[in-house]
Parts: sequence; structure tokens; C-alpha cells
Amino acid sequence: MHYHWNWPIFWEISPDGVHTYLQTLLMGTGWTLLTAAFAFIIALTFGSLIGVMRTTPFSFAVRIGDIYVELFRNIPLLVQMFLWYFVLPELVPRNFGNWLKQLPNASFYTAVIALGLYMSARLAEQVRAGVLSLPRGQRQAGLALGLTLPQTYVYVLLPMAYRIIMPPLTSELLNTIKNSAVALTIGLMELTARARAMQEYSFQVFEAFTAATVIYIAINIMVTFAMRIAERRIAVPGYLGFKPQDAGH
Amino acid sequence: MLGIEAMFSHFDFEVIIRSLPYLFYQGMTFTLLLTALATLGGIVLGTLLALMRLSGFALLTVPAAAYVNLMRSVPFVLMIFWFYFLVPYIGQWVTFSSRPMQVGAFASCLVTFTLFEAAFFCEIMRAGIQSISRGQVAAAQALGMTYPTVMGYIVLPQAFRNMVPVLLTQTIVLFQDTSLVYVISVTDFLGAASKVAQRDGRLVEMYLFAAVVYFVISLAASRSVGLLQRRIAIIR
Repeated sequence: MHYHWNWPIFWEISPDGVHTYLQTLLMGTGWTLLTAAFAFIIALTFGSLIGVMRTTPFSFAVRIGDIYVELFRNIPLLVQMFLWYFVLPELVPRNFGNWLKQLPNASFYTAVIALGLYMSARLAEQVRAGVLSLPRGQRQAGLALGLTLPQTYVYVLLPMAYRIIMPPLTSELLNTIKNSAVALTIGLMELTARARAMQEYSFQVFEAFTAATVIYIAINIMVTFAMRIAERRIAVPGYLGFKPQDAGH
Repeated sequence: MLGIEAMFSHFDFEVIIRSLPYLFYQGMTFTLLLTALATLGGIVLGTLLALMRLSGFALLTVPAAAYVNLMRSVPFVLMIFWFYFLVPYIGQWVTFSSRPMQVGAFASCLVTFTLFEAAFFCEIMRAGIQSISRGQVAAAQALGMTYPTVMGYIVLPQAFRNMVPVLLTQTIVLFQDTSLVYVISVTDFLGAASKVAQRDGRLVEMYLFAAVVYFVISLAASRSVGLLQRRIAIIR
């Protein structure tokens, strides 16, 4: 190997003249977390809406939900980012398009929306699976008690459905964090982009990527841990220790 | 309707027609070949990893689990960068040469995708192997079969068959993920579209067309998987 390791590189000043390389990586981590957090809120909101629509008795709503999911699931995330970033401003009226292009932090907003909607299709599948995994009787009981359909969802079905899908929800949150790296293609300076920039300026490829990898793993462990605690906190005593997929074994 | 007409009035559909040979012969060939070979390599390596994880020997389970968890906790884009710089060194190490090996774009991408996807195929194959009842393994062992025979003739064929729909779904994910080689400027389908888009200043047309092509292929593929799944389910 002719590679020259230089671990103290992290404490050297980066080309921006102010921050050390380590600081630039941490700033990137901040953007990664911020992007993922907002994108996940969008994903959870739209995913719940579409997922619920697909479990209603209205075939029209089911169809729309199906089309939504197919649309966002079958186009690569990178292409979707390009559509929002390069194509959308050209398709809207000129003034609005120009305003979009000149927005400060345009790549951040674009990344949040593109990633949020992309992940929402996956979350819609999870929410739908959660609602459908509940016994039919719960919905019937809710309606028989005189609750309206929306009330049945809000007070009976969804509280249980969300608890059931907590584990897949955790992995979708982790996927959102990981997928935010794709936003480097539209210029968002998140963690992977910072590592790439560090590699370009300092030529210390493996140090830069090792640092980014370690940070991603640390985020992963912390999120998994936090979600597990949350899962335990919201568990309904005597009910959800039972997992539906364990039935029959 | 007027708005929609105005929207497309600046469209130059001809740029798509003109670049079709480039997009498909160069770009799509790369994408599909990479998808196919990485799937094959990923399944082989993933199955080996799954066998390691299920072997019960800490010497095998720990490294396999560590590898899978590492691959699953970092972004694919970061892994593409990693391997882009690492593959020449791996080549040097494997061939005992004195300098980092010159590796072409395709070979580099193929190694990256195979090693990365192997972690995901491993988890699928692990689930598949665990879905085979213990009684079958016990019966085979009682008949005097050795471990390779039990795995090769009893467990893996069934595990593989049970998991075919999931494996194919993962392949569709892989197909979409190949677009990420854009970050190392490789000319896959999206790379080709992007090069034409930038050369001719036709971002809108080319990216919309790319989206439509990915959508049609992925949708058709996932529908076919759905059909296949139903057929397999009937046979069982």
C-alpha cells in the first residue's frame, strides 16, 4: 500500500479558512439530521394519509392511494430529486420558477420535499399493513358504537396500528437518514458531501470516509436505541408483547 | 388545457429521439448488465454470508453479522465513494502488484454493488433458510447426509424458491439504485440522459424521459413479480 495515513488531518483548517475538517464534517452531520428530520415529518404525514386512504371502503380513495404509491416507489430517488430541482422550476409559470431557483438553501428545501415524498410511499405501505393487521372486529366495534369512520381511525385503529408498525417505522427512519445522502447530487452539503469535499481538498480519502462512516453508525445506534425506548414507553400492557407475525408458531 | 399546452410548447421531443441510441445502447445496457451481474454476485455472496450467520460458530457469525450491519447502516452513496477509491487497492492486494490496480468504471461499480447488495440478499436468504422446518434438516442428518449435502440438496433449493419473489423485489430496488453511480460520473442510463441534458441544455425533457423509463420498467417488473408470487402460491 502506498497510501499515506494522516489522522491529525481532522484538526487542520479546511479551505473555507475558518473551520477545521472535523468541524465541517459535524456541520454536515447537522444538515443530514435536519434534512432527515423534516423529510420524515413529511413522510409520516403523507404516508399516514395515503396509507389510511388505501384501507378505507372507498374504491376511489384506494385507487388514488395505489397510484400515489406506485408513482413514488418506481422512480429512483435520485431521478425524483432532479425532477424537483431541475424540472419543476421550468414547468411552473416563469416568475414562480425564477423565485424557486433563487431561493436561499433551495437544495435543502428540495431535498426535504423529494426525500419526504419518496419515503411517504414506503410509509404508506407500512401504515396500510398496520391497519390491515388489526382484527376486523375492531373497526366493526368502533362503527357499531356509533363512532364515525374518521373517529374509528383516530381513536381505535391508528393508535394500535402505529404501535404495531414501530419496528419497521424505525428502519424507515434510518432509511430516511441514509437516503438524505442522495441530496449531495443537488448540492446539499450534508455529511457524505462534506466527506467527499474533505477528500478532494486534503487527498486523505480513507480518513474522510472512515469518519463519515463512524458518524453514520453512531447516528444509527442512537436512533435505534431511542426508538426502542419509545417503543417500550408506548406499549399497551398485556397486549403488544404479542406480535401478530408470531401467531401460529 | 391551455396551461398544459403552454407548458409543453417549449419542449423539444426530438432531443430524446436523437439520443435514443446513446441512451439505450450505452446507458441502459450498462444499467441492466450491472443490475443482472450484481444480483447474481450478490445472491451468491449473500447466501454464503447467510450460511456464516447461521453456522453457530462465533468465528463465522460475528464477522458476517458485523459486515451486514455495517453495510446496512451507511448510505449507499458513501459506499460507492468508498469502493471507488478502495477497489484499486483491493486489486493491488489480490494480485500482489506493486501499484494500485487500474480498474474500469464497470468493474468498480460491479464490485461495489455486489459487495453492498450481498448484505441485503444475506438477510433475505437467512429468512428463507429459517423458513425451512427443522424436521427436514434432522431427517437429512439422520439419513447420514453431510452439511454440504443437506444445504445443497435439501435446504437451499427450498429456501431459494420460497424467497424468489423477495429476491426479485430486491433486484428492482437494485435496478433503481444503479442510478446512484451518477455520483462517480459513470454513464449508466441516468448518466447518459444527464450528459445529453447538459450538452443540449435540455434538462426538462431528458430527466422527465428518464423518470418515465425507470417508472415503466420498475412497474412492469414489480407487476410480474406479483403475478409470479401468485403462481408460486397456487403450486404450494
